[in-house]
Order: sequence, then structure tokens, then C-alpha cells
Amino acid sequence: MLRRTGLLLAGAVFVMWAVATLTFFAIRLIPGDPAQAILGGPGSQASQEALDQVRRDYGLDQPLIVQYLAMLGRLLTGDLGTSYALKVPVAELLGAQLGGTLLLAVLSLAVAWVLALALSLWSTGRSRIATVLGEWIELAAAALPHFWFAAVLIAVFSTALGWFPPVATGTPAGLVLPVVTLAVPLAGFLAQVMRESLLDAMQQPFVVSARARGEGALGIRLRHTIRHAALPGISLSGWALGWLLSGAVVVETIFAMPGLGRTLLQAVTLRDIPIVTGVVLLIALVYVVMTILTDAASRLADPRLRRQAAAR
Amino acid sequence: MSELELRQTTVAASAQHLLLTRRPRLPRVGTLLAFAFVLFLVVATFAPALVATQDPNLIAPTEAFRAPSAAHWFGTDESGRDVYSRVVAGTGTSLLIGVSATLIGLVLGLALGLLASFGGRIFDFGVNRVIEVLFAFPGLLLALLVIVIAGPGPVTATIAVGLSTAPGYARIIRGQFVSIRSAPYVEAARVLGRSPARIVTRHVIPNALVPLFVLATLGIGQAIVWAAALSYLGLGAQPPAAEWGAMLAAGRTYLATAWWMTVFPGLMIVGTTIATTVLGRALARRGKDA
Repeated sequence: MLRRTGLLLAGAVFVMWAVATLTFFAIRLIPGDPAQAILGGPGSQASQEALDQVRRDYGLDQPLIVQYLAMLGRLLTGDLGTSYALKVPVAELLGAQLGGTLLLAVLSLAVAWVLALALSLWSTGRSRIATVLGEWIELAAAALPHFWFAAVLIAVFSTALGWFPPVATGTPAGLVLPVVTLAVPLAGFLAQVMRESLLDAMQQPFVVSARARGEGALGIRLRHTIRHAALPGISLSGWALGWLLSGAVVVETIFAMPGLGRTLLQAVTLRDIPIVTGVVLLIALVYVVMTILTDAASRLADPRLRRQAAAR
Repeated sequence: MSELELRQTTVAASAQHLLLTRRPRLPRVGTLLAFAFVLFLVVATFAPALVATQDPNLIAPTEAFRAPSAAHWFGTDESGRDVYSRVVAGTGTSLLIGVSATLIGLVLGLALGLLASFGGRIFDFGVNRVIEVLFAFPGLLLALLVIVIAGPGPVTATIAVGLSTAPGYARIIRGQFVSIRSAPYVEAARVLGRSPARIVTRHVIPNALVPLFVLATLGIGQAIVWAAALSYLGLGAQPPAAEWGAMLAAGRTYLATAWWMTVFPGLMIVGTTIATTVLGRALARRGKDA
């Protein structure tokens, strides 16, 4: 167990280091002078003294390897640098945004889970019509592009019916449409995977024996096969959270919500490198943590994995 | 098997599961409809004049913001251009972006997968770490990073989407190669003294080809969606280009009054994704039955 945890942590640290390194060197590929970018781009006609000053301030006059090591050193202390455009520390800026985006992503993940479980439990192993209907619903849901689905939801539920605000207001009502936008397509993906393992589970001997004991269809689903349905969903949750965080770029922009995604998009448009790097690192960190969590959750839900680990 | 590998195989297995296990058949009608839709897309790509009802760039200010009717099936936009004809005109660009992005992702995935499964343990270890690191840039994130570096535009967006799909392909392809590598016919070829290069080109790639094609059809829909998302965010194809994502972005301003400018280009994206997925699955079933 200890060895396992150690390995997982070492893997996580390696991934974070690699992401930081890759991002650092990829950013150097950007054409143009970073000092100029900091002073507002080539159009700003900054003086030579100002450029030199900025190069000294940001350490851009140092050799690349020194800059790289300095960057790693600062990362260890949680310092993500200073935004080019906003001139505020990136860590502070992102810290304020992280909560909102995580809330959006976690709520969407939860809703997607409930939808996917309900759909796959309802439609698997029933009449042909239910199966086919379930498959088509999954397909259609998984094919929905966020930006379009959001627009349609706004048109129907804000403009026509007036039930929910078209922009996020910071109230629970304002979160409904963004969460639905992110959750429904994800539920489509999850349900597709859950159905497969549910179908397998329904053919296992323990289901026959439960049926022989006189358990009803619902009882078997809720007591016996639900774990099997949940398993692939759990192992895909790390992927799903990453998917939701990229979806957040689109959704936060459409619903005018403050958050990491919208900040990232603005920074990409303005080429505000420190913010882009900061968001990339932060999302990678969330992803890595999530991978470790899903690993633990899989073990919790599947005794077979625990036994395999113990046997070794 | 290490814990990490165990976890990877679970993910890869669920993906493979999704692609290749026998599922209750969708009705034939569905496959036929999907085929018809793809046929329409092909015609719209190569001979848009055959299916368009008018010139997609014909500006008619007096006809602006007309609701869908017999004359304008999908209505008209702010300049009176026919939305249906523009959707048709945009098919080529949107599909080109989706298909090229998928190809880029597949080729990279194929290269990584080959390296991992036939390059020995060191390469396998290295490639797996690379894939793991790339997975930490989920979806759009890697694409946005590419765009920051290379600047926005349709070509960059295509490459960006292709790159961001590569790690997923690489992992699935590696899994497939590993299982082919231990197949009896490969062992037989090895015993007969065939060179590794010959084994890969004669046995492994041909046997992996059908699943790869299936994987590609399943991936095109998602690639189109991501590329359209980038256009929508103003980082890919720009309006007034008749690309679906760009059309959606242009329609956003008029959503409250002219819903058809948004709804129909979006329906095309949804329809394309569903149709390619249904066809991909039909192919997967045939490959399995054969």
C-alpha cells in the first residue's frame, strides 16, 4: 500500500514537472520579443531603456537554462509570475477564479453521472425498444457541441420561457443552464461506456442466482449490477474532468461567468503568457489529483482490484 | 503489471470495449439514414451547386432575417443570404478541418503506438510517460497552447485539434498492437525468421487497419466539434467564411430574433457526428463478424 502510494505520488510529480518543462519551452517558440509583449506589443513603440528595464525585471537577459531553473524554483513556492496585461500576480488571479470553475465542473460531473446511471440502468437489458431508444439518446447527447447546445438552451429557457437567466448571475438559478450544457453531452459518453459493462454484468451467474432467489429487476439493478455500471465511469472520471475543464472555456465565455476557462481564452487572445502557463499548470494539477482520486475510488468500488493488489 | 499500467488498461479497455464489443444492433434504418446523410455531405463537399438552392454569398438586404420557408429552407441571415446554401457551402471546409485533424491525430498516434509496442521496453516506458503527460493537457487545453504559439487561423486550429486527439489514439493503438504482437501468425512469422520491419508492414499494420478506420470514423465527429468550437471562440476560421463554427459565432448576436441562424448550422454538426459514429459502429460490427 505504501509502495503504491509512493509510486502514484512520484508519477504525479513527474507529470507536473514534465508539463511545466514542456510549457516553458513551447512558449519560447512564440515569435516576437517577450519584452515587447510585456510592454503592450510592437505597436506600443517602447523605448530601448524601457525594454532593457523589462528584460532585467523579468530575468529575460539571463541564459535560457537559468530562466528555466528560476521558473522551476518559483513554481515550488507557488509563484506563477506576473500577468503581462493585468500586471498582477498570476497565482492571486487564478486563485480567485479556481473555485467557480471547479464548482461548475464538479456539479456538471455529478449531474452527468446521475443522468448516465439513470439512463443506462433504465434502458439496459429491457425490451428492444428501450435499448434502441437509450442508444439513440446517448448518441445524440454525446454529439451535442457545447457552444451550440448552450445557445439553444438560452433561446428556449431564457428568451422564450424566461425560467433561467441567460448569463450567470452568481445565484443557483444562474448555474442551471451552464451545468446542463456541460452535463448532458458528458452523460452521453458515460452512459455508452456504462451500458457495456452493465450488459456484461447482467449475464453473470450472480444475477441468475439473485433472480432465482426471487429478486425483482429493479432490486438486481440497484443491489448487484450498479457497481459494474459505475466502474468504467469512475475510471473515466479523470478524463471527464479534463473534458469539462476544456468545456468550461466555451461555457464560461457564453454565459459570461468569471472562471479559469474565460480567463484562459482572454489570455490566449491577448497572448498573456504567464496566465496561459498558470492555467495550464493548474488544470494539469487538477487532472493529476483527479487521476489519483479515481484510482482510489475504483479500488473502493471494485473488490477484485483490491484483491489483485493484495495478491502481489 | 504495475498499478499504473493496470489503471491504463482499464481506461484503454473501456475505450476498446466501447468500440469493439458486440452491442444490440441499431436498426438497419439508422445505418441507412446515416449513410444517406454522409452521402449528402460528400455531394455538398464536392459539388455544392447540386444541392444548394442559391449562391451562398448572394447578399439581398430586403430578404434579411426571413424565417425558414419554402424559398429559404433554413431562413436567411443578417445580409439576406440563404442559410441553407451557406450550410452546404460550409460543409467542405468543416469536413476538411475535421478529417485532416483526425488524420494528424491518427498518424501521430500510430507513430507513438508503433514505437511503444515494437521499440522494446525502454521505448514502451518512454512513450507511455509521454502519453501520460499529454493527457494532463485535456482536450482544448493543448489546442489553445498551440494557438498561443502559432497564432489563430483555420490551419493552426486543425493542427491543434489533431495534436490534442493524438494521445488518446496512441493509447488505444498501442493496446491493439500489443495484442496483435502476440497473435499466432506474428509468432509464426517471427519463427520463420522474417525481419521486424516486414512483420510490421505485412502483418501488423494490415490487421490493425480496419480497427483504425473504425476509430477514425468515430473520431471525426469529435474533431469537427472541437474545431468548430475553436472557430466559435474566434480562434479558427473567421466569419464571413461559411464554416459551421464561424456561422454559429455570427448567429450568436441574433439568437433572440433569428434562432434559425444558430440552430441549423449546429444541427449539421450534430447530424454529422451522429452519422459518422453510427457508420463507424456498423463497420466495427462487420469487422467483428468477418
